[in-house]
Amino acid sequence: MEKQELIPHLFRTEFRKITAVLCKLFGMEHIEIAEDIASDTFLSALETWTYKGLPENPVAWLYTVAKNKAASYLKRDALFSKKITKQLIYSSPKEQIEIDLSEKNIQDSQLQMMFAICHPSITTEAQVGLSLRILCGFGIDEIATAFLTNKETINKRLFRAKEKLRAKKVQIAFPCETEIDERLESVLTTLYLLFSEGYYSESRDIILREDLCLEAMRLTYLLIENEQTDQPNVNALLSLMCFHASRFEARKAENGALILYYDQDETRWNKELISKGMFFLNKASQGNKISKYHLEAGIAYWHTIKADTKEKWEAVLQLFNQLLQIEYSPIAALNRTYALSKANGKTEAIAEAEKLQLTGNQYYYALLGELYRGIDNNKAKMNFEKALLLARTMADKLIIQKQIDMF
Amino acid sequence: MEEFILIFRHEDGQKLASPEQMQIWMKQTMDWIGGIAAQNKFSGGNGLPFDDARVVRHNNVVTNGPFGEIKETIGGYIIVKAGSVEEAVEFAKGCPVLQGEGNSVEVRKIAKGDHAK
Repeated sequence: MEKQELIPHLFRTEFRKITAVLCKLFGMEHIEIAEDIASDTFLSALETWTYKGLPENPVAWLYTVAKNKAASYLKRDALFSKKITKQLIYSSPKEQIEIDLSEKNIQDSQLQMMFAICHPSITTEAQVGLSLRILCGFGIDEIATAFLTNKETINKRLFRAKEKLRAKKVQIAFPCETEIDERLESVLTTLYLLFSEGYYSESRDIILREDLCLEAMRLTYLLIENEQTDQPNVNALLSLMCFHASRFEARKAENGALILYYDQDETRWNKELISKGMFFLNKASQGNKISKYHLEAGIAYWHTIKADTKEKWEAVLQLFNQLLQIEYSPIAALNRTYALSKANGKTEAIAEAEKLQLTGNQYYYALLGELYRGIDNNKAKMNFEKALLLARTMADKLIIQKQIDMF
Repeated sequence: MEEFILIFRHEDGQKLASPEQMQIWMKQTMDWIGGIAAQNKFSGGNGLPFDDARVVRHNNVVTNGPFGEIKETIGGYIIVKAGSVEEAVEFAKGCPVLQGEGNSVEVRKIAKGDHAK
């Protein structure tokens, strides 16, 4: 790998590890110091490697420099020494503070950080932002692009979130056994949002969006690798992510736009990811609790089969029926009604759709338009026109306009 | 928004239906509940199987099952959110249990703390 590619690559894979280990060592109160030392390490790499060439083992080089920087920081900063070395988790003498960058400690620290960041005391939006920064090593500008906002907003959001974690004295530790299910639930919500942010974001930066999804999958896999968190709902979530991610290539058009599901060439769906999805779904079916991730993974599984069979739509309908009982969302209600039209016929689906009354939602009118097509084309067109008025993005407007033009 | 319980009453719980018929009712019930949940009006519910059913009577006399001299049995219930009893009744009208002559759905408001009237 060329040097100009290597540093960003290492930044992505190693920044988060160094930050997690140092933060675990210093405590959540000093998260910024951990981030600063990690950033500083990469700055040194950039300077040194440019003049002296690449070291033999760049990762080991980074770890050594990070350790030295952390150690000298601890020694130099009198205030820091007074305030923190007393509280250091490692109680060794000041001169010999052990900074453990072994694979085991990195993994443990990252897992513990994940639980700390996904603490219920901060908003889920802040959890997603902090996860991207601390657990995934994303730059502030990348996070801003992903959220379609500016760097200032993200900086403020992350700052407030860190303040909150400090104020609540959130520990960087594995939750105790009685708490783990509840805390894990909150971690999964964040990972699910992180993935969705990448999958459904309106940002045009496709590479960044896929990175978001892959990071969410990596973090979910981190949970699966740990015995205590290798739970059925975690496997169900990863299964769901694999099924969706299998369509990454097929949904990319040459001009950077997205190809919709029905227009995709299914030979470009990633078979390996589909079979991984099935593997994790099987693992998820051990145990007797059905989470929303199980149901969504089930729905996503059926979408890896494109053929319109009665069996498929009946299964999808029943999964949506169950999902809505666990957790209502307008999009699930609309998708359920579409599945109903495929399984039970349009007449029944129209009656059910009219009851939803999601009048502020463009997809509601797009659904009604779709259901009325061939039954009452005037009503179908009228509904698509209402959808057009509500559509916000250019891409959505184009898709709806195409439907209107068909009448 | 109030909560109402919809209780399914079967006239004769001993009547046996074929597995195919049971499957049709099951789908209809799931679709009916799914339709209520799609309107964000579903709060909870359960089927009440006859296995392990007991009736405890005066003087702690325990009998198996809710059958015998009781003509009606309760097959299940759901709890819905509704603005008025009329809205809850509209939900009840779609209940597949009502396809059986003599069956009924009882609609009752759930008393909640101070709101109980």
